[in-house]
Amino acid sequence: MTAVAATPEASAASAPSVLLDAKNVTMQFGGLRAVNDVSMEVKSGEIIGLIGPNGAGKTTFFNCLTGQYKPTAGSVIFDGQPLPPKPRRVVNAGMARTFQNIRLFHNMTALENVMVGRYCRTKSNALDAVFRLPRHRREEREATERSLELLAFVGLEKQADTLSRNLPYGDQRRLEIARALATDPKLLLLDEPTAGMNPQETREAEDLIFRIRDLGLAVLVIEHDMRFIFNLCDRVYCLVRGEVLVSGPGEVVQNDQRVIEAYIGQPAVMDEGNADA
Amino acid sequence: MKFLDSLSIPREKLAAFQLPAHIAGTVAALLGIASLVFPWSYSHVALDDVAYAGAPSALQFNYLGLAIFVAVLFAVPLVVRKPGKLRDAVAWNTGAKFGGIGLFVVGLVAVLAIGLETGGLVNVDPGGWIVLVAGILALVAGLVLDPSPAPSMGKFKTPRVVQILAIALGLGAVLMAAAFALSLDGAGAFLFYLVFAGVLALTLVRTGVFGWLAQCAADNKQVLVLAAFVAAFVFPFTQNGSEANMSIATQVLIFSATALGLNIVVGLVGLLDLGYIAFLGAGAFTAATLSGSVYAATNWHPPFIVTVLISGTVASILGLIIGTPTLRVSGDYLAIVTLAFGEIFRITMNNLDGTDGPRITNGSNGINNVPELSLLGFNFGAPHTLLGVEIGRFANYFWLMLVVLAVIMVVFVNLNRSRIGRGWVAIREDELAAEAMGVNTFGLKILAFAGGAFLAGLAGAVKAHHDVSVTPDQYVFLESAFLLAAVVLGGMGTVLGVLVGATILKLLPEKLRFFSDYRLLLFGLLLVFMMRFRPEGLIADERRQLEFHAEDEELAEEVEEDLINYHDHYNPDALVKEELK
Repeated sequence: MTAVAATPEASAASAPSVLLDAKNVTMQFGGLRAVNDVSMEVKSGEIIGLIGPNGAGKTTFFNCLTGQYKPTAGSVIFDGQPLPPKPRRVVNAGMARTFQNIRLFHNMTALENVMVGRYCRTKSNALDAVFRLPRHRREEREATERSLELLAFVGLEKQADTLSRNLPYGDQRRLEIARALATDPKLLLLDEPTAGMNPQETREAEDLIFRIRDLGLAVLVIEHDMRFIFNLCDRVYCLVRGEVLVSGPGEVVQNDQRVIEAYIGQPAVMDEGNADA
Repeated sequence: MKFLDSLSIPREKLAAFQLPAHIAGTVAALLGIASLVFPWSYSHVALDDVAYAGAPSALQFNYLGLAIFVAVLFAVPLVVRKPGKLRDAVAWNTGAKFGGIGLFVVGLVAVLAIGLETGGLVNVDPGGWIVLVAGILALVAGLVLDPSPAPSMGKFKTPRVVQILAIALGLGAVLMAAAFALSLDGAGAFLFYLVFAGVLALTLVRTGVFGWLAQCAADNKQVLVLAAFVAAFVFPFTQNGSEANMSIATQVLIFSATALGLNIVVGLVGLLDLGYIAFLGAGAFTAATLSGSVYAATNWHPPFIVTVLISGTVASILGLIIGTPTLRVSGDYLAIVTLAFGEIFRITMNNLDGTDGPRITNGSNGINNVPELSLLGFNFGAPHTLLGVEIGRFANYFWLMLVVLAVIMVVFVNLNRSRIGRGWVAIREDELAAEAMGVNTFGLKILAFAGGAFLAGLAGAVKAHHDVSVTPDQYVFLESAFLLAAVVLGGMGTVLGVLVGATILKLLPEKLRFFSDYRLLLFGLLLVFMMRFRPEGLIADERRQLEFHAEDEELAEEVEEDLINYHDHYNPDALVKEELK
């Protein structure tokens, strides 16, 4: 896709370097350890998968990375800097996310949604806006152009003026990705991007994520669709009960006995002494 | 409409009665016209004197206009039987339905007002009774009528000259109506006129004429805004130097300006502020202190331009002080904290009297004898003659407030249409998502709080001079509640809506003194009805309307169409052209 130029930051980091370095991240809610001692490394240009059964702590780990939660222990280094603890600072640092249950601004048009994403990359203040100073006009024009480009990139150029609540489900997912891309991220976090999609839409989403990677972005994706994950990802982390069970290339994780057990359980052993195991 | 339908009899049974209904409605309206030949009442007191036979008063001429209009609505479908351009352009039946009901309401109000003002229905003369009978007949005819399909008038292609002419005529009519309403002395007459105007407006809306006017207005926005300001500017000339009315008009403007500031906080960002009047008070007290009044705590008397800016700044600093700790809570909690803040402000002003605290405000006596404004050698207190009309003190302040209001409107609209405005909408829709997309939610909320306070401070500075004295008891909680009511009643997030809401809430109590005891009761009822039947306000912001009617797909499509028009402003080509100019 030539319409969207790779962001300068992303192209500068084209040589694989460690973009995200999470060390021993722990998130404790009272007596519950939702995330326990998770370490993860993401290099630029990589697509990393994060799988695990329901309640394994995947989304909680996302929230720790993006500043919604402050981890109780551990450290996260992003792009050589410790991660600020506020969601909007995290976005400024270059990490954007989508949500498991779509959180678009429903009564805004698709274009307006994406333009909200441009907010953190524009600087004009109240005075610029009130007096319609050149900076406001220039930024407004640039934000519109960039947003339209991004809408075209995800294939929604014809729906720019549609209220996001009126978009079909699959389009809403893509719009959320466009909105996240509008913040010029280096790392994109996708929380179940194909949930509720049919096979055709899933293939399109796969293609979209590859194209995002080709822009030079790293992608971290939570997903339950195993074929999707193993087609897509360079490496996969499997999280179970808040801990990393296995990590490595797709084939390794896919064939790991422990992963299969975590998802579908152990074969029942009819052993008298261990009947309720 | 649905509410109305549930009242009437099943439609199928009425199919045979369409023709008689048209005839009956026409006859009823003609009967209403005939009533003007007779006196409506013995007494010269009622409805500003409707006692002369054969010589209708100005008020009765208004009724005549309505009756003729309704007669036409009922009669045209009798004459033009075949569907065609004329038949489809206007929703004759729907209009006649509402016109008929309206004629009844107006007739009822007329008779009741005469009865109340003269101490008994015995004082109602034949003319009055004919009006009521005509109303009842029109009501029945109207209820029987089937509603007509949606009128096509709004989609007409109209030449630009005609559109602009229509805007000018429309605003001229509004100006004359406003001048006439203010000239009425009796409460009964005013109430009658108000009901009349409401009925006329509703009937016009239902016939589709307003749809066409709205299209004219949408196509010529700049002309409309300019014309509206010209109309407002001309208003003092219609008053022949009547100081009382100009004072009311100026108060309406001050109230509107403050409500617009509040509208940023409530309408755009969606935060509930129940202590907003404190910011108006802060502006007023600051301006009074710096006015050079002998009661002021300081002798420093800067020019008014400086005073206005200082007043606004003081108010916005107050906004920052209250906002920084409290904007971390939201919803009901924020409402309670701001309510408390409003009271703290009033009590503090009461205590800065030299005994309980430093002498700044003279406590409950306030700062009196605030001198008249003088800008560039022009004394606002002195009346002068312009184009043969005497322009009094209040007219001067009216014009000044008009300028302040224009400034506030520009600030409101331009902020709304910028990245800041988009951020505000995003916060209102989903604050967590907005924060996660890099929007500085806390900063934007503070900006709305401080910015709104600044605008209220500007209005307060003028208010101090207009009122001559500034006392703490002008800034009680009730005033905050009225401000909020104006925003909710008019329409959250719109400029025009808030102007309408503020006008209604400020003008009614001034003109209807007799119901001042029941003021709160009636406003309470009004708000309950609004929440039930039109929660988005009289003139609604489209996005807001969607928030209140989440299930309405048709509405969503309409709004989408309008937003595309709105996006012409964002069209990159259009912006480039604009810059080249």
